[in-house]
Amino acid sequence: MVALAPRIPAPSVVARHLFLRRSRWRWEEIAFWLIAAASFFLFPGHHVLITQALISGLFVVSLDLLLGYSGIASMGHAAFFGIGAYTAGILAQQGWGDPLLGLIGGAIVAGAFGALCSLLVARLHGAALLTVTLGIGLLCYELANKWSSLTGGDDGLQGMIVQPVLGLFAFDIDGNVGFIYAFVVIFIFYLLARRLVNSPFGLALTGIRENIRRVPALGISVRFQLMMAFTISAAVAGVAGALLAETTQYVALEVLSFDRSISVLIMLVLGGIGNLVGGMVGAMVFIVARDQLAAVNPVYWNFWLGLILCVVVMSGAGGIVGFLRRLGDRIGNGR
Amino acid sequence: MNINSASPETVLETRGLHKSFGALRVTQDVSFRLPQGARYALIGPNGAGKSTLINLLTGVLAPSSGTVLLNGSDVTRLRPEERVRRGLARTFQINTLFPELSPLEAATLAICQRRGLCINPFRALSGCDDAIDEAQALLADFDFGDDAGRPTHELPYGRQRLLEIVLALAAKPKVLLLDEPAAGVPQQESAEIFTAIEALPSDVAVLFIEHDMDVVFRFAQRITVLVAGRILCEGTPDEIANHPEVREVYLGDGENV
Amino acid sequence: MIGPLVNILINGLAYGVLLFLMAGGLSVTMGLMGFANLAHGSLAMLGGYIVVGLMRDYHWPFLLTLPAAAIGAAIAGWIVERTIFKRFYGGKELDQVLLTIGIVSMTVAIATYVWGSTPQPVRVPEFLDGRVHVGIVDVGTYRLFLILLGGLLTLGLVLGIERTTFGAKIRAAVDNRRMTVSCGINVDRLFTLAFAIGSALAGLGGGLAVYLVGLDPSFPVKYLVYLLIVVVVGGLGSIQGTLLAAIALGICDVAGKYYVPEAGAFVLYAVTVLLLLWRPQGIFGR
Repeated sequence: MVALAPRIPAPSVVARHLFLRRSRWRWEEIAFWLIAAASFFLFPGHHVLITQALISGLFVVSLDLLLGYSGIASMGHAAFFGIGAYTAGILAQQGWGDPLLGLIGGAIVAGAFGALCSLLVARLHGAALLTVTLGIGLLCYELANKWSSLTGGDDGLQGMIVQPVLGLFAFDIDGNVGFIYAFVVIFIFYLLARRLVNSPFGLALTGIRENIRRVPALGISVRFQLMMAFTISAAVAGVAGALLAETTQYVALEVLSFDRSISVLIMLVLGGIGNLVGGMVGAMVFIVARDQLAAVNPVYWNFWLGLILCVVVMSGAGGIVGFLRRLGDRIGNGR
Repeated sequence: MNINSASPETVLETRGLHKSFGALRVTQDVSFRLPQGARYALIGPNGAGKSTLINLLTGVLAPSSGTVLLNGSDVTRLRPEERVRRGLARTFQINTLFPELSPLEAATLAICQRRGLCINPFRALSGCDDAIDEAQALLADFDFGDDAGRPTHELPYGRQRLLEIVLALAAKPKVLLLDEPAAGVPQQESAEIFTAIEALPSDVAVLFIEHDMDVVFRFAQRITVLVAGRILCEGTPDEIANHPEVREVYLGDGENV
Repeated sequence: MIGPLVNILINGLAYGVLLFLMAGGLSVTMGLMGFANLAHGSLAMLGGYIVVGLMRDYHWPFLLTLPAAAIGAAIAGWIVERTIFKRFYGGKELDQVLLTIGIVSMTVAIATYVWGSTPQPVRVPEFLDGRVHVGIVDVGTYRLFLILLGGLLTLGLVLGIERTTFGAKIRAAVDNRRMTVSCGINVDRLFTLAFAIGSALAGLGGGLAVYLVGLDPSFPVKYLVYLLIVVVVGGLGSIQGTLLAAIALGICDVAGKYYVPEAGAFVLYAVTVLLLLWRPQGIFGR
């Protein structure tokens, strides 16, 4: 028996290494987070803007989990972002202003709504899926618009009182505390998202994206995986929305808008789909560019945005991160 | 294990399976048994209802009436993935693989599922060493070598056909349905696939679904002939080859192939 | 009691005709090539601006600008289809969605640049401007004109699809594209033609819409949702389904604004979502 005991053959080491390499931190990821952290010191006058870009980044990451890994397109993802924002906002308005409580509340309510939606959309695909997700987004917008006793309607939600983070650090007008708070929360969720895509669960999602017909033949329930993915994605979007509400101490109806659902798609494609960091990069570039260009002339912004979107899609280059990776590979090979 | 023991247990059985699409009856009163470790074949000309029968067995379609039994329990109402978990695996006639994933990733996914690891979103893959090792060993059995780490879409077609079998085996099935495993593979390259099929674990019951009769004569202990949705006859390869009706409806067709 | 109801029906019908003209081409695009063209509303907007522009700057009569709107949109559609869209047939749906959203964004910007962001007025000839007494209610002449014109066009379209060889080929291609190709029919060319005709209808619809619903650069965004709902609820590739869905949507929208203005578009979206959960392939889809 001893002679037959399994010994670890060399290929197994190679195989394990392949999976380690899959989950290793890539240079674009490290670069992005270093730059994001350094921007606290480099651009002290722009903390509010960068915080917004990071929050949008987390929102994009939540969509990437669904679209980039499972291949499920949502045209109404702002619904979950907005629900998270309103949950945190209303909690703070009603005297439950602890920021962490707001985050948890936003995640739970948005996640629960996501779970409900996932029951509905799990069997849809194609044009019907696009229209139903779009419809859900529009429904939430209309509901918040009409239910003004709760949401403040068109005027937005007023009177939020957000307490200091951990009872120690009060939000300041320059956005210093807001920046650090958002940065830490978003980084933690980024780590969790990384963990998820590098788990067997994430691999199953990739399988669904790659070939939805094969997945059941492996014994995996497509319905269960997609419902989980939808719920998690919605909860993360809810956290992003709650962060926006807390750092700005205000919730505008715009958090639920169709425009936001589309922008998040654009940011994802711009940065690069299916690699998490692309979403963060895309959001940063989008928000900063919009701030600069839309200030000059909003008409030009729309035009360049459309053109860039067409170019990114037509080039098939995988967005900014895809381009950087190829550039990096070329430099690496040239050595 | 004593090979000569009395008739082994039936692992897959159908009783009076019917399926109609509107007025069109595509499966009529199909009843057959597949014993443990069997090497059976299901043959029939194009349009005989082979694909429909596979879909009924695997749960892609629900029968109009009749039952499917797996290990003696009724699975007629179970979803495809639930049948896989109970030991019924299949391959696809047309490659149904994950183009961007490597064979290693795909096999690891199947093994992680079998081990119940796919439902936890926060378990690191790099920590599932046992599953990875098992996938690697399984691929090594099929001589995948370096191909195990390459994206599936880059592999030669014959390799992709083999991967179909690997992914089915990763579920550790008791019953394996092979849907034309060598479909589209040139004759000179098909040897590799048949070697692999001959080497399948002896306790797994295998049901080949084939269009080409010559192929199954090499492997099958018993052959079931399906014509126009009905079982025409069933028997050993010799009996089938000499069956007058089979010669008429099937071999006549086969000569043209 | 009856008066408002009849008025709502007639107004809704007229609105539905507009939606049908604008969405008909999209239904064929999505049904035939599986191409999700969210920029279809931009073609309608182009038709609208052609009408406004020709009337204001060149003093063309209104009725003469309508064919010009159709032809202009057809040419624009044909160019875009040949140069850009054809590369994306059979590709990923997400790419199509993003590409066409990009085009919407650019057309909105171009329209704002050229015509400004203010709504463009249009003056229709006097004989279309008034109201006529029909039975028990007064109805806007223009709405009757729309229903009449829409009815004629729909009849022509249905006959064209049902009776001509071209229509038969289109139906065959929607039904089973691969089979149609193997019958020796050039589906690519067929589709280019169908796309141009669909664009012409959208341009005409856009031109006709100006007087009723106004025209500003946000037009393609505003109608994107409505067009998508009409097409998907009607069933991709089904002309009758699209017509029915368009009329139903038109009547619901007008009735909703009249009876429950506080609910806004809420009811409309809710009904759409429920309908699609019940029948994901649309009412007349397969």
